[in-house]
Amino acid sequence: MPHPSTRSGSARFFVLVAAIAAVGAVGITALLMNIFQRKQEARLTSVRVVDIDDHTVDPKVWGRNFPIEYDGYLKTVDQVRTHYGGSEAVPRTPTKADPRSVVAQSRIEEDPRLKKMWAGYAFAVDFREDRGHAYMLADQTFTERQNVVKQPGACINCHASTYAVMNDLGKGDLTKGFDALNAMPFAEARKLVEHPVACIDCHEPESMSLRVTRPAFMEGMRAWKASQGVKGYDVNRDATRQEMRAFVCGQCHVEYYFKGPEKRLTFPWANGVKADEILAYYEESGFKDWTHAESGAPVLKAQHPEFELWNQGVHARSGVACADCHMPYQRVGAQKVSDHHVRSPLLAVDRACQVCHKWPEDELRARVDSIQSRTHQVRDVAMDALVDLIGEIKTAREAGATDDSLAEPRRRQRRAQFLLDFVEAENSTGFHAPQESVRVLALSIDETRRGERALAANRGERAESRPTPRAAR
Amino acid sequence: MGRRLTSGAALVVALASGSIAGLGGYTFVYARGGSYFTNDPRACANCHVMREHYEGWLKSSHRSVATCNDCHTPASFVGKYWTKASDGFLHSLAFTTDRFPDPIQIRPVNRAITEQACLKCHADLVAGIVGHDDATSCVRCHPSVGHLQSALGTPTASRR
Repeated sequence: MPHPSTRSGSARFFVLVAAIAAVGAVGITALLMNIFQRKQEARLTSVRVVDIDDHTVDPKVWGRNFPIEYDGYLKTVDQVRTHYGGSEAVPRTPTKADPRSVVAQSRIEEDPRLKKMWAGYAFAVDFREDRGHAYMLADQTFTERQNVVKQPGACINCHASTYAVMNDLGKGDLTKGFDALNAMPFAEARKLVEHPVACIDCHEPESMSLRVTRPAFMEGMRAWKASQGVKGYDVNRDATRQEMRAFVCGQCHVEYYFKGPEKRLTFPWANGVKADEILAYYEESGFKDWTHAESGAPVLKAQHPEFELWNQGVHARSGVACADCHMPYQRVGAQKVSDHHVRSPLLAVDRACQVCHKWPEDELRARVDSIQSRTHQVRDVAMDALVDLIGEIKTAREAGATDDSLAEPRRRQRRAQFLLDFVEAENSTGFHAPQESVRVLALSIDETRRGERALAANRGERAESRPTPRAAR
Repeated sequence: MGRRLTSGAALVVALASGSIAGLGGYTFVYARGGSYFTNDPRACANCHVMREHYEGWLKSSHRSVATCNDCHTPASFVGKYWTKASDGFLHSLAFTTDRFPDPIQIRPVNRAITEQACLKCHADLVAGIVGHDDATSCVRCHPSVGHLQSALGTPTASRR
C-alpha cells in the first residue's frame, strides 16, 4: 500500500504535468492554425460568385466578386482636407430641387477674383472645392450652373458610368452612342445613367484588365500621337499595362471642349498637351467658351488638366502612373491590391510615397508643401495681374474704346486667362510638374503685361520699344 | 520531487512530452521548419510577405551570384546563425501577430549587415571609398541590385 502522502503528491504531479502539457498543446495548436491561415491567405485570390459582363453597370454586383476593391471604392465618399486640396463636408438644408445634405465649400466665395475671371460664365455662379468620385454625378446634376446655362449631354461623359449606355445607344457601336449622348440635352442624358464612374468604366469584365472606354480619349490620344509621327494609334491595342494605369484616369482628368453644334466632347491635343500647345490649338480653331461680361473678350475655360500636367513632370518621366500614388498598393492578407479609395497621396504617404522615397513622412509632406505654396504664390501674382487687366479693359470700354482698339488687349486677356486657369484648375497646385506650372504662370503674366502695353499704346502713352522675347507670339 | 517517480507518473510524463513532441514536430514540418537551415532563397519566401522581395531578387543582377543569406547574414558561422535565429524569431513574431509596417522596412542592424555584405565581394573595388565616412552607403545609390524594382519602385506585383 503506498503511503497516503505519496499518493496525494503523485496526484499533484499528475495535474501539474497535464496542465503544462495542455498549455503547450494549446500554444502549438494555435501556432499551427496561424500558419495554416497564412498559407491559405497565400492561396486565395478572388472567388467568382456572380457572372459579370459588359451589361453589368452596378458596381455592387462587381463588388461581390471583388469585395476588397469595392470597399475602397465606397470610401470615396470621405471628404478630407489637405493644405491645398480636398474639402470639408459642409452641411446644407436639402430642398426639393437639390436634395444634397452635404456639399463642399464654395471656391468663388473664398476667392472673389475667380468670379471676376469667369464673369458672364456659369462657373462664376457655382464652383466648389473638389470631392470624391462618389459625388460626381450628384454634384453635376444639382450644381447651380445647370440653371444658368443649358448644359449638353456631353457633360455626362465624365459624371456617370456611361459605357453601357453608349453601347446601347449606338447598338453596339460605341462611337455612334457617344455622338448620340453628346447631342442630347443634359436632362435627357441624365435619365439614362444611374451610377457615378464604376468598375466597368476602367475594367474589362472578363479579365479585369484595364481598358479605355471613352471615345474622346481614344481620339485625343490618336491626335496627339499623330502630332508625334505615330499614325493610327489605338490606345486599347498599343498602350502598355503601366500606361493604362494613367490612361484610364486621363479619360476624364483632362482639358476638353465641346466641338461644334453637335457638342462633341473633344480633347484639344492635336498640337501636344502642354498648356501653350493647347492654347495654340484653340487659337487656330478660334474656339471660345464665352464672351467675358466685363471686358468683352472671347475667353476660354480650362478644366482640370491633371493628365496633361502630370505628363510634363518627373513622375511621368520615371514611369510612375496616376494609380501608383492615388491608388497605392495595399496588403490585404497575402493579396496586393490597388487601393480603390482614390484620393490624395498626402493622405497615404507611407504607401504612396515611401515605397520609392525613403524619407520620414513629415519630410515628404514638407517637400510637397513647399512645391505647392510656391506655385500658389505665383498663381496669386498672375491672378492679381489678370484681374487688373480685366478692370482696365472694362474702364477703356466704358470710356468708349472701339472693339477694334480693344482687340489686342482682349486677345492678350484670353491668352493670359487660359494659361492661368490651366494651373488654377489643375488639381495638384503645381505638384504634378512644378517647373512647368511656374513656366505656364510666367507665360500668363507675360500675356497680361502685353495686354496692358496695348492698352497703354491706345491711351497714347509711348510704349517703350523692347526686343520681343522669342517665347512670345 | 526528490524521489523516484512511480511508474504511473512516468507514463504520464512520457505521454505528455510525446504528445507535445508529436504536435510540435508536425507543426515544424508543416511550417517547413527544416528549410530554414538551408541556403535556399525559397525558404525566405515561405511566408507570403516576402514573396515580392523574392520575386524582386529573381529579377535582380545578383540572382546568380548571391542568395538571401549572402547579403542578409554576416560571414562568420556564429554571426550567420545568430542572425538567422534572431531575425527568424522576430519575423515569425511579426507575421504571426500581424504587427509590422507596410511596406515592410529593414531595421538599421540588418541594413548594416547588408552594407558589410557588399564588401564580401566588392571590398577591393570600393577600398578608396569606404572607411572615410561612416555614412557611406552602397545600397543608397544601388537600391535595386539585390531586388529589382519596377518603375513603380514596388517589386513587380504578384497579383494578376
